[in-house]
Amino acid sequence: MKEENIEELERQFQEKIDNDIKIEPRDWMPDNYRKTLIRQISQHAHSEVVGMLPEGNWITRAPNLRRKAVLLAKVQDEAGHGLYLYSATETLGADREDTIDDLHDGTAKYSSIFNYPTLTWADMGAIGWLVDGAAIMNQVPLCRCSYGPYARAMVRICKEESFHQRQGFEIMTTLANGTPEQKAMAQDALNRFWWPALMMFGPNDADSPHTAQSMKWKIKRHTNDELRQQFVDVTVPQAELIGLTVPDPDLKWNEETGHYDFGPINWDEFWAVVNGNGPCNKERIDARRKAKEDGEWVREAANAYAAKKRTKKAS
Amino acid sequence: MNHLFEYVLRLGDDSLILGHRLSEWCGHGPVLEEDIAMTNIALDLVGQANSLLEYAANVEGKGKTADDLAFLRIDKEYRNLILVEQPNVDFGHTMMRQFLFDAYRKILFEKLLESGDEQIAAIAAKSLKETKYHLKHSSEWVIRLGDGTEESHRRIQNALDTLWRYTEELFYSDEVDESLRASGVLPDLSSLKQEWTNYVHAVLNEATLEIKEETWYFQNGRQGYHSEHLGYILAELQFMQRAYPGMEW
Repeated sequence: MKEENIEELERQFQEKIDNDIKIEPRDWMPDNYRKTLIRQISQHAHSEVVGMLPEGNWITRAPNLRRKAVLLAKVQDEAGHGLYLYSATETLGADREDTIDDLHDGTAKYSSIFNYPTLTWADMGAIGWLVDGAAIMNQVPLCRCSYGPYARAMVRICKEESFHQRQGFEIMTTLANGTPEQKAMAQDALNRFWWPALMMFGPNDADSPHTAQSMKWKIKRHTNDELRQQFVDVTVPQAELIGLTVPDPDLKWNEETGHYDFGPINWDEFWAVVNGNGPCNKERIDARRKAKEDGEWVREAANAYAAKKRTKKAS
Repeated sequence: MNHLFEYVLRLGDDSLILGHRLSEWCGHGPVLEEDIAMTNIALDLVGQANSLLEYAANVEGKGKTADDLAFLRIDKEYRNLILVEQPNVDFGHTMMRQFLFDAYRKILFEKLLESGDEQIAAIAAKSLKETKYHLKHSSEWVIRLGDGTEESHRRIQNALDTLWRYTEELFYSDEVDESLRASGVLPDLSSLKQEWTNYVHAVLNEATLEIKEETWYFQNGRQGYHSEHLGYILAELQFMQRAYPGMEW
């Protein structure tokens, strides 16, 4: 295609975005827009699927039947989110199995929070409250993302995430109002998950090279630091409400800005975990690889059976 | 012995223990669609266990809850079939276990719709809807794996060979069933085995699988004598309630 044609297409594309007209799978889009979306949506899908593991870890040990049922339902929702998101990447021409292979060989990332272990039942509360809470902050703006299929998937996902966040906070509330042992369990979970939850919003804006372009394309609507601040502002009063202490000695309300000031994030830890050195990176990827390898004969059998059926039908 | 309590406990424990086993798959399924399906079935089973054990606790009349029964009995007090506590092994074993059980449960719940006990009839009606879907799902997989590849055929045949010895227990009957039949709580269940056999044979036949009859069948679960596997299930299931007794969660 001639250069001026591409320039014209790009101009029309940006005009649509500026006018909040959704981009749909068959529309022309710049290669980088497509690549950025495939990267972002598939990483989001992987996060949902890897995210099943730390919570799945407690299903068989849930303390009562109601909690067991709620946790099963929540993890099932996450598998469902993974499925819609993989479907959204397929509308951009990506292949689900290829993107999964990228996860398994380390090319594709997923949310680092899932590389932390779930050590006690209280972690089911902390994950729902903080991790799903942070995910909602990140995801609500994505319901207005310029790419139609992603935006629509996010509308559905956000509704379910908000139920997840509430059930997590309810677990924490029950523990915080419980025996001293239970309260200590809740506080310990908050201590371990607070900082990793803040890291979920990604590097500071100054160190986030993709942000400007993603905002111009309306894939992203707010910067990492804006969303992180919003999360802190919403979550700190919730911790106070149930009598838990946020593990940050620098945390204080700032009258002037109308926001909480908070202490520095340990970015060395963030990058160590992103680069594969978190406490559970190896276990998580090994578990996903094993599921794929152990399931290969099942998928082959399903394909072989379907092929036999088709042959029978044709003859 | 309170026969009604004992009977409802048997139904409830089957759901509880099989739900536990299936939930072990969560996050490890062969495809994402099966993670969703197995978790969904586990969720149905936990829901059934909750309704049944709640009713059992009411019948027993000692002020216990469904959770007390689910989490605070010793191994000998669990009344589930030995079949449902068998390990997952692989997807083939899991689907075969599910299929043999679902076929029994579907026919049983259809019959229990006629129970003289309103509560049992109501739970059967609700559970039957779910169980029909479970049976469709497990039957389809047994056929697909049986008539899929050489490897899948070998694996699912192996699962059938391993699990068949636990199927006679599905039709275990003792004075509990007899007295409830006499008092009209249980309808006539005499055709259960024949109907199950007809259905199971038809599916296994389509799946090109063969039944190797056993010389010995295990059927002590209903009396509280289990395989070694149950102890480990209970160690996980009961961990929180045993480690932190008497707390609200």
